[in-house]
Amino acid sequence: MEILVGVKRVPTVGGAITLTADRRAIDTKASGFTISPHEECAVEEAVRLVERCGGSVTVVTLGPAIAEEQLRSCLALGASGAVLIETEPGVEAGPIATAAALHAVAAGGRFDLVLLGNEASDTGDYQVGIRLAHLLGWPAATGIKALAVDDATGSVSASRTYRGVLETFALELPCVVTVKEGINLPRYPSLPGRLRAKRAAITRVPGPAAAADGDVRMTSLRVPDAPRKQATVLGQGAAAVPALVDVLVELGVVS
Amino acid sequence: MTVFCLVELDGGEADGGAAEAADVSLRAITFARGLAAGGVAAVVFVGGAPAGGSSSADGAEPGVGAGLVADLAAYGVADVYAVSGIDGYAPLAWARVLQSLIRESGHGVVAAGTERGNEVLAHLGAITGRPMAANCTQAVDNGGDGYAIVRQRWAGLLLEEAVLEGPTALLTVATDAVAAVPDEVGTTATVHQVVPSVDGSDLVVRAVETPAGAGGASLATARVVVGGGRGVGSADGFGPLEELAALLGGVVGVSRVVTSEGWRPHTMQVGQTGTKITPDLYLACGISGAIQHFAGCSGAKSIIAINTDATAPMMTRADYAVIGDLHAVIPALTEALRQRRGASD
Repeated sequence: MEILVGVKRVPTVGGAITLTADRRAIDTKASGFTISPHEECAVEEAVRLVERCGGSVTVVTLGPAIAEEQLRSCLALGASGAVLIETEPGVEAGPIATAAALHAVAAGGRFDLVLLGNEASDTGDYQVGIRLAHLLGWPAATGIKALAVDDATGSVSASRTYRGVLETFALELPCVVTVKEGINLPRYPSLPGRLRAKRAAITRVPGPAAAADGDVRMTSLRVPDAPRKQATVLGQGAAAVPALVDVLVELGVVS
Repeated sequence: MTVFCLVELDGGEADGGAAEAADVSLRAITFARGLAAGGVAAVVFVGGAPAGGSSSADGAEPGVGAGLVADLAAYGVADVYAVSGIDGYAPLAWARVLQSLIRESGHGVVAAGTERGNEVLAHLGAITGRPMAANCTQAVDNGGDGYAIVRQRWAGLLLEEAVLEGPTALLTVATDAVAAVPDEVGTTATVHQVVPSVDGSDLVVRAVETPAGAGGASLATARVVVGGGRGVGSADGFGPLEELAALLGGVVGVSRVVTSEGWRPHTMQVGQTGTKITPDLYLACGISGAIQHFAGCSGAKSIIAINTDATAPMMTRADYAVIGDLHAVIPALTEALRQRRGASD
């Protein structure tokens, strides 16, 4: 089975988000970079499928040249091919442009399955997988937390929870599936994996020069106002329980 | 223009008669009202059976109960489109129905930023070639040629101000950022029966539903959530939290460290990559408050934090804080609530 996994380089957000002076990006001078937890799980799921069924995993990213770091991390986990769709620094491709760029790579290979994270942790557009599926003419399932693929018949069973109900979708390969954290527990890279990743060749293709016409156009970013004021301290340890009960009554949680 | 609002139901899609509009959909309708000079129309998928009896719109209202229609009207909905003939949740088929509604009368579509809302509107964006903006907190009509929107990035840790061009707005509404407010001017809603002709290829991906857990309130809709983090210390340490949650009629949620330690399953995780909660009370026990955790719990009306570290972000950003070990505070609180309940009986 040939699997394509899409990942995205995003800043590692720690204590607080700070913005650049023009308020159009996160200030990343002091931050590391990673891929979204959903995407780590997509890579892991793909590697497990290939370990079981044979085939290979190719990772693809749309991003600046330095996003090669994230591709190599995925190679260390068991992917064997990597494609960097290289954007100019500062160009933020929206979901329509991203789906189109991924489509060019997906359609150029002989893939049975495309796995993505349900949403990128930074922009959270919630649509790239579905737009890609429509461009490919493939079915899609999103937000998936349990995936079973029968490589003999090509049938796929994909489940998620929705408002306390388990929803299961039956699909056929080829298809696009977007997954969420919790579908598996991603492995740590092995030493041989890291060494192999260091030497692996990365295919580079040019990306979109600018955001696509008609995409949602970001004008600026802002950090929401801290919604809460300084906490009222109710006391120390179990001695605070009477005050705590009073608050629960005040909030209407207990009568 | 009219804004069509996809209404999700509590109580199952198959039985429109007994179902109520989900709170997240009432929030989406409230949001849509601010955008719709031409009024808000609700679109309700009532399940497989085509509307029984006469197909005329007058008389009975098969599929949607009078209570649901009245509730929607109270939130300012003037028209209810009851869509029958699609058996279960089929995202692409639902998107086609919405496409035909906006094609017939122009206009936009709003849905709650749920798994279904985001999915259906993404399909609608793809099949109409239109942009779609997920998890909006505000939208203003720029006068026919576009919209100025504010939407969540990083699950709400960052806000994006953006322009959505063109006359058709496809927006989902952040589930934790807009309150559900009834319309000041009460109205009555007209029910329109819609029985679409559905292409079989649009039904290829369709959900089969089974109950996920053994009863129990869902984390996303619980009114009280008792949260446990690293400070709980072990899988066994959750017993007192579960006892307290049951006493308060709530559920237990956990931070990411708890699921990566394997103490509790990922379905219980609150945060950016887990569930977003909107309870009346979030009681966060032994949770330091990583920024990704706040992305999941900042929709709580009130937060009480219990932690040994008074400087932890959860303690300083909560409404109320108790400095101390949750292993002492929680059992004492449970006991006090039991005594109080016993005294009032």
